[in-house]
Amino acid sequence: MAAARQWIARHGRRLVVALPLLWLLVFFLLPLVEVAQTSFTVARRGIPPFAPLWGFGEDGFFTNFNLENYGLLLDYWQDYIGPAGNSLRLAFFSTLICLLFAYPMAWWIARSNPRRRAILLVLVMLPFWTSSLLRIYALIGLLNPNGFINSMLMFLGVIDTPIRMMQTDFSIYMGMLLTYLPLMILPLYAVMIRLEDDLLDAAADLGASRAGVFLTVVLPLTLPGIIAGSLLVFIPAVGEFVIPALLGGPEQIMVGKVLWTEFFRNRDWPVASAIAMLLLAILALPIIYARYQDGRETALDRVEGQANGPGNTS
Amino acid sequence: MRRGISWPALWLAIIGFGILYVPVVVMVVYSFNASRLVSVWAGFSTRWYGELMQNDQVLSALAKSLWVAVNAATLSTVFGVLIALAFVRYGNFRFRLLLSALASTPLVMPEVVTGLSLLLLFIAMEGFLGWPAGRGIDTIIIAHTTFGMCFAAVVVQSRLRDFDMSIEEAASDLGATQPYIFFSITLPIIAPAVVAAWLLAFTLSFDDLVIASFVSGPGSSTLPIVVFSKVRLGVTPEINALATIMIALVAASVIAASVIIYRNATGRAVAEEKGGQP
Repeated sequence: MAAARQWIARHGRRLVVALPLLWLLVFFLLPLVEVAQTSFTVARRGIPPFAPLWGFGEDGFFTNFNLENYGLLLDYWQDYIGPAGNSLRLAFFSTLICLLFAYPMAWWIARSNPRRRAILLVLVMLPFWTSSLLRIYALIGLLNPNGFINSMLMFLGVIDTPIRMMQTDFSIYMGMLLTYLPLMILPLYAVMIRLEDDLLDAAADLGASRAGVFLTVVLPLTLPGIIAGSLLVFIPAVGEFVIPALLGGPEQIMVGKVLWTEFFRNRDWPVASAIAMLLLAILALPIIYARYQDGRETALDRVEGQANGPGNTS
Repeated sequence: MRRGISWPALWLAIIGFGILYVPVVVMVVYSFNASRLVSVWAGFSTRWYGELMQNDQVLSALAKSLWVAVNAATLSTVFGVLIALAFVRYGNFRFRLLLSALASTPLVMPEVVTGLSLLLLFIAMEGFLGWPAGRGIDTIIIAHTTFGMCFAAVVVQSRLRDFDMSIEEAASDLGATQPYIFFSITLPIIAPAVVAAWLLAFTLSFDDLVIASFVSGPGSSTLPIVVFSKVRLGVTPEINALATIMIALVAASVIAASVIIYRNATGRAVAEEKGGQP
């Protein structure tokens, strides 16, 4: 026991780094290597339902390496590349629509007195903490042909036949708003709360119009929040599964749903792996850019922290 | 006096809050509808809540989800604190770049990719090591811990950065050992962030559908998996009732936590204004 304690005291620092590092190497990096390998092999009946990529058999080393899965993605591009295009399109416009609503919402919160600000912040955090699956389910009850909106409109005599809202781009955008609005609002709020009134007053005093103040002062200063929020929405939106599965129709099939179908319905794991690689290739640039932005921000924070003196940042 | 907000912007903001809340409010109301039909209001009833309490499938899935979330959140928090300590305290240690890449990429990894890749790993490991034998609760806990620790690390890191190092230095000068300093000084001070990290990891695990679907085995369906299979069949009053209970629980805890934090913050602000010690 004493020996163990001594060992921990001596190697504590190393353990602090080694434990999470090992876990992430085994359960995050290694799985990605597995996906890459599986995407180059072939499906077969059995458990697991694919041939090993390489191994040692009776005749020594063998390999099942081939590019068939990727060829399949290209040959049936309408079924695979098409949904990837849908994902990019729907994620892009979802990000824009989230920004359209989140920007005034964040502004309103940042410009409120402390009491109302606290209440509005709770109203943003609440959806963030509740299951998005349940909120999307609630949305279905609203948009269904026999759902709340159609029932109300028919009851009021505005329409005779239900409006088709489910399985359209509209239902996808509503689902994305419901899921990702808080993720867009929070980084925007974080930059807006640091915006000093003096700055806006100074610009106005110097003769800038309302629009002028917005375009030359507010927009540039909130740009980091816009970028951070957009990445937080766009990246997961591209790989989204639940929203296209529950709210979308044949026109809104997204790449995450195709992967799911290949895996669970067709049980073609190598093709599912190839789709995962495609999804990673699409997201590689935004993910690297997000990390670069993040790194710059923490570096800036550190410089600011040092300028304020240690332990004096709160 | 802070500058306000223009009318068109205020309207957009209000519509935004409406989008977040109207669907949930309507669902909560309809969970008390006596009729099975969604479109007809047939009077107030708690019938669906009663039927929910009889539903063994839902109750056992709920128990599994809670067990998974408690374990995954605890493991995530321990690892998250370690990662945060390494980044904030250890300066430029070896593998810093590798650890920072590994600890931040899971935050943005598409869930379908995380789920599929972990499943393939578990199958490969079973082939080589004989462990994990089949997939079930354990594999879900491992999967949730892997992304949970990255979120926990972010939460703890921001608190650790604001930390006044001189207290630890004083303790160290007085001859306290590093583990002693950590448990008796550092941990109590960062406790609020540790609790927040645990709650975040718990919520992420409890709500996860996609990753759990890949790495769960037969008989280990968590609550989101059961809910998803029911939702695919359409809107039913039982799920309305279930969703209402779950959202009410989360809402109650978030509001309670916010009130406590708000009171503390305003209390501290008042104390500072009076010139007292915060």
